Amino acid sequence: MTAPVTRPPAFVPNWTVRIAWCVLLIYSIYAASLLEITWERFLAGLDHGARFIGRMLPPDTSASKLELLAKGLYESLEIAVIASALGIVLSLPIGLLAARNLMPGWITWPMRMFIALCRSFHQVIIAIVFVKAVGFGALAGILSLTVASIGFVAKLFAEAIEEISLKQVEAVRSTGAPFMSVILYGVLPQVLTRFVGFATYQVDSNLRNSTMVGIVGAGGIGGTMFAAFQRFDYDFLLTILLSIIAVIMVSEMLQNRIKKLFQ
Amino acid sequence: MHGETPREWQRYTRSERLARFALYFGIVFACVVSLRTVEIIPEFLYDAPEQVLDLLHRMWPVEWAYYPEGVHDALFETLHIATLGTLLALVMALPLGILAANNLTRSRTLNYLAKLMLVSSRSVNSLVWALLFVAIFGPGALAGTLAIAFRSIGFVGKLFSEALEEARPGPVEALRSAGAPPLSIFLKAYWPQVEPAFWGIALFRWDISVRESAVLGLVGAGGIGMAIDSAMNLFQWERVALMLAVIFAVVVIAEVVVTAIRKRLI
Repeated sequence: MTAPVTRPPAFVPNWTVRIAWCVLLIYSIYAASLLEITWERFLAGLDHGARFIGRMLPPDTSASKLELLAKGLYESLEIAVIASALGIVLSLPIGLLAARNLMPGWITWPMRMFIALCRSFHQVIIAIVFVKAVGFGALAGILSLTVASIGFVAKLFAEAIEEISLKQVEAVRSTGAPFMSVILYGVLPQVLTRFVGFATYQVDSNLRNSTMVGIVGAGGIGGTMFAAFQRFDYDFLLTILLSIIAVIMVSEMLQNRIKKLFQ
Repeated sequence: MHGETPREWQRYTRSERLARFALYFGIVFACVVSLRTVEIIPEFLYDAPEQVLDLLHRMWPVEWAYYPEGVHDALFETLHIATLGTLLALVMALPLGILAANNLTRSRTLNYLAKLMLVSSRSVNSLVWALLFVAIFGPGALAGTLAIAFRSIGFVGKLFSEALEEARPGPVEALRSAGAPPLSIFLKAYWPQVEPAFWGIALFRWDISVRESAVLGLVGAGGIGMAIDSAMNLFQWERVALMLAVIFAVVVIAEVVVTAIRKRLI
């Protein structure tokens, strides 16, 4: 007689995880029930969808519309370029001032609050406020995307600085170098590549969002697009959408090229 | 005289230096051209401080009493749109992510097709998705939920397929040599390796969705954005201020929750 060998089962059932899955499922059913999805609505939706696509095709390429499109896209590009340049340049000092390992608390606190405030609202909501402040047009778009850029780049830059090795900073400082030299030769060389990474990501994001802020009147192709949508000008809407997607894809290709250049 | 010039060390080749110079030049050129041609009306800029003061004046005092009447339901609709949209995206991104991962799906065409779908989902902004779904299903939370879902698929699917591609092949081979069927291989070899990454991605996306769902209402896709839009059209700035404050609070709470859950997950 050999004693029965008892082994623990290979895959132990985990009841907390199972209960979590059930809760998630129940929530989904509850939330979906709030959406008032009915079979008729779905069928009507399919019908609308078919008509919508039918009116979109073929895309409108008449000369007057193309001129409108080119003007809007160009303004979007301008907004993206200026907002990126402003936002990235401003992020450098703001990120530095928000790094807790270099600056005293009375500077980092307000700076971190400011960054958090920039980050917490969607670009389009910031654009609403700026449209009221500086009127309709590209300036409102530029300002709102600048604020969004600061929120993203400065936050990640400050975090990158907080992770640097302080030995080099210490070494530069011990030679009696003034503050600016400590920053220039002790801090920046350690974080500059990451900063460039955040900056290029933000340029891409600004390009995408510069086509959207126009929905609330902050300049660019978004305004033209929303107007076409509200006028049921769906064939022109399709032209605009396709050209936005084309611009974004071209910019992604360019970015990959540039990344290879700097590797 | 040997006729040999001493070789000089240079960091980059000539073409690399030229390309870098071209890039720097291009950046400066783009900035200068944009600044010179952008249409800014100076008169608007001069009275901006006045306008901002006027705006703050109209926003104050914030109409807190309006919250139970007009904001509470819209706020929860926004949260439902964000959460349900993200869940829907997770469900749809799971198969697409598997199809896009080249170590799980050994077919080049399928990889390419899945990646194409993920890219097209990502390159359309959630506001544009919202416009399309409003045109199909009419204004309301359904359009918003679908917009969030379709925008999130690309994001979740891309990161999930990258996580799958990084999974170690050891456990997979072990299970395969024991004769396990494909489903078991996925559930017991891949899933345990990518599960933390998957939930991390889901939480990250939920955080973004909460921010985005707040603006979908501007194009009629439900949630608190619709309330903001109507308050703004009626110049009820003290109500707009209330809604902005509420959105700020929700975004901060969402970030705290996400950070707390992520700490427990990892």
